[in-house]
Amino acid sequence: MKTEGYAPKILVFSTDKISDPGIDQAGLRKLHYSPKVYVISLPCSSGVKPRWIMKAFEEGFDGVFIAADGHECSYSPKCAEYTNNIIVEAQRLMKERNINTKRIRMAAICSVCAEPFVNHMGTFSKILSELGSVKNEIASNS
Amino acid sequence: MKQRIGVYICHCGGNISDYVDVEQLSKLIANEDNVVISKDVMFACSDSNQKEMIQDIQEKQLDAIVVASCSPKLHTHTFRNVALRAGINPYNYVQVNVREQCSWAHSDTPLDATVKAYGLVRAGINRVAYSEALENIEIEAQKAVAVIGAGVAGMRAAIELARLGNSVYLIEKEEQVGGRVAQSGKLFMTGEDGKTLTQRLLNEVKSLSQINLFTKATLEKVSGSIGNFTIDVNVDGNLLKLNVGAVLVTTGFDFYQPTKNEYGFGQTQRVITLQEFNQLIENNTTELIIEGRPVKNIAYIYCVGNRQSKGPNRYCSRFCCTAAIHSSVRVHERFNGVKAFHFYRDIRTYGKQELLYRQSSLNGDVYLKFEEKEPPIIEVENGYPVVKVKDYLTSKKEIALKADLVVLVTGMVARSDSNQISEKLKIPIGNDKFFNEIHPKLRPVETVINGVYIGGACQGPKNISESVQSALAGVAKINALLQKGKIALEPIVARVNAEACLWCGKCAEVCEYDAIKPLEMNGKMVAQVNIATCKGCGICAPVCPSDAIEIAEYSNQGIESMIAGFAAEAEIKQSETQHEEETEPTHVGMKEYPEEWNKILSCFNGEPLTIPQISDKSALAKELITYHLMTMNRYGIVEPAGLNDDESYNMYKPKKQ
Repeated sequence: MKTEGYAPKILVFSTDKISDPGIDQAGLRKLHYSPKVYVISLPCSSGVKPRWIMKAFEEGFDGVFIAADGHECSYSPKCAEYTNNIIVEAQRLMKERNINTKRIRMAAICSVCAEPFVNHMGTFSKILSELGSVKNEIASNS
Repeated sequence: MKQRIGVYICHCGGNISDYVDVEQLSKLIANEDNVVISKDVMFACSDSNQKEMIQDIQEKQLDAIVVASCSPKLHTHTFRNVALRAGINPYNYVQVNVREQCSWAHSDTPLDATVKAYGLVRAGINRVAYSEALENIEIEAQKAVAVIGAGVAGMRAAIELARLGNSVYLIEKEEQVGGRVAQSGKLFMTGEDGKTLTQRLLNEVKSLSQINLFTKATLEKVSGSIGNFTIDVNVDGNLLKLNVGAVLVTTGFDFYQPTKNEYGFGQTQRVITLQEFNQLIENNTTELIIEGRPVKNIAYIYCVGNRQSKGPNRYCSRFCCTAAIHSSVRVHERFNGVKAFHFYRDIRTYGKQELLYRQSSLNGDVYLKFEEKEPPIIEVENGYPVVKVKDYLTSKKEIALKADLVVLVTGMVARSDSNQISEKLKIPIGNDKFFNEIHPKLRPVETVINGVYIGGACQGPKNISESVQSALAGVAKINALLQKGKIALEPIVARVNAEACLWCGKCAEVCEYDAIKPLEMNGKMVAQVNIATCKGCGICAPVCPSDAIEIAEYSNQGIESMIAGFAAEAEIKQSETQHEEETEPTHVGMKEYPEEWNKILSCFNGEPLTIPQISDKSALAKELITYHLMTMNRYGIVEPAGLNDDESYNMYKPKKQ
């Protein structure tokens, strides 16, 4: 399924106060990452609905990355646990659709985590490149 | 659904348009459904553009706007105000980040940056199409405040709140006010006695009729929300109900209590804490006496119970280095012939407190450095403690000191009753057990509970000055909140689709703020959201099995339409105006200069000018001129012209075209 030179499309769910400023800082410092990375900012990473993750795969995103608040979350001390539950539910839905569960990842990104974010995007892009296009995966499984 | 959308794509002087083909993008977007007008503008945030946007909205009867420019963190309120001034709802506006998350992040691949920008703007259009007109939530506010804890921070805050016209209920658990400071001796830097200082504050509290002081009082129950809390207080056995608009928590801290045998603590009377030592200084007048014998050698051991890389108290308590050295200096002032040996990890007498450290050094105090992995060992010989340590300042030379007294410099820990306060007020506690603010840098005295603020050392270690500063910051926030008698809250809160809701209670289980309760409606139980306490975090939404709850501005339609927008593709051509990073721009992407540039250029009459001179002539702020000159220089519109006569400023002149 490996596709040479294939640039995977990634949807990132970030958070207004914690991870989005970290992603902004990556741009500010011109730390380049794949231009196929798109970001939706929410108040809290525990507010991502699994159906939005599935929608991303339907629309051709090869991977979904949740830039979580982790312990820095100002809304709930259980944020990491709740976000993880969302990932688990999304993976259940992905399995139903025969979508490889490696296509979803979560990591804590803080408000100054510019370099970690860029590194995560690089690593995730590499994994997704190995997996190839999600459209092909969905088509071959249907 | 919005059908008359205006889109404004910003060049940001070149910060965006150097890498994203803004003109091509604007033309492509003009063809999108529901887009009535699409413009590329040099500075979307400039006054001139804001006026133009207002004119467009009114003339073309736009019902929503998209601004593609910098991060929403910078200008969301700017453009919400533009919408408001133009007569449309501020929430029918979406900001798209094509600078930090596009042009700058992908400055190495301009064509890809333009392709991405197209997707981002398309997503913004889709989102704004589903945007709703939201109104700020306005609630009545009681001009009364409960201050919990009558230490220095609490009393100081109560006095200021009263002076600003608020009723204050000052609630103290103990019989006496003043907290830890009342138990302290002379304080650095004023030299005032702790008891005197707190008595002075108490006199002031008593002189203000707006302050009701309750001692031997504990919180029993807190209900309600911002603007209208009901607080049940047990005052020495009598139950009182207080109605307040906001709460300030200033409950302070506990001192770390060494465990049995920690640095010899409990093995001999000659190992004591710094607080016990300060009491000893106060109780002796001519000579320091312990166990009937004079004290001549004192060993201070620092960082006891703090900076534990493997323990629960990983933080530094900030005040203890200064407090220990202050005690040492005081010993020298009051008693003759006492030698001091300080066993420290790092000395943190920051700011003006450094003067004390200097004084201590001048007094002949000896400082010996140890590391956490090799802490001092205290052995008791004939009732006297012997301190053995490897001194890292002398190549880990092993030193043994027979001391008359060992003083354990203990730091702060969170109060043992902080859990009870946290449970009643629902304010979160961090891993260090202190109360958590929303953001340590940006919102340092606000908690996640609207209307509940924290000040002083209940939030984390602080000295007296810092405690008072943070409590007064809380006063400023509370007064700004309550002074109008009404509070406007952002309308980004959860809402329930009552038809779909089956009341399973899962949303209420995950809500940290008790914002969701069951309500009987048309014969069935459904979830009801208290909009005054809801924080709009959205944690309740993914756990709902019937997808019956969502956050305003984050609806399924809005988010899913964004995802579809990102996926949209258009035929983007390689632009001649785009260039790889590090190359010089070759032209100005606008037909006309922005208003500020023309103002700057009109100042020149053949002679080069400095920034202050341009500022005088143009009436523009120097910072703004500096900003524009950088871009104008980059585009070859002006050029540097050396230094002025006294060599204090760079000069600029228009570049000959």
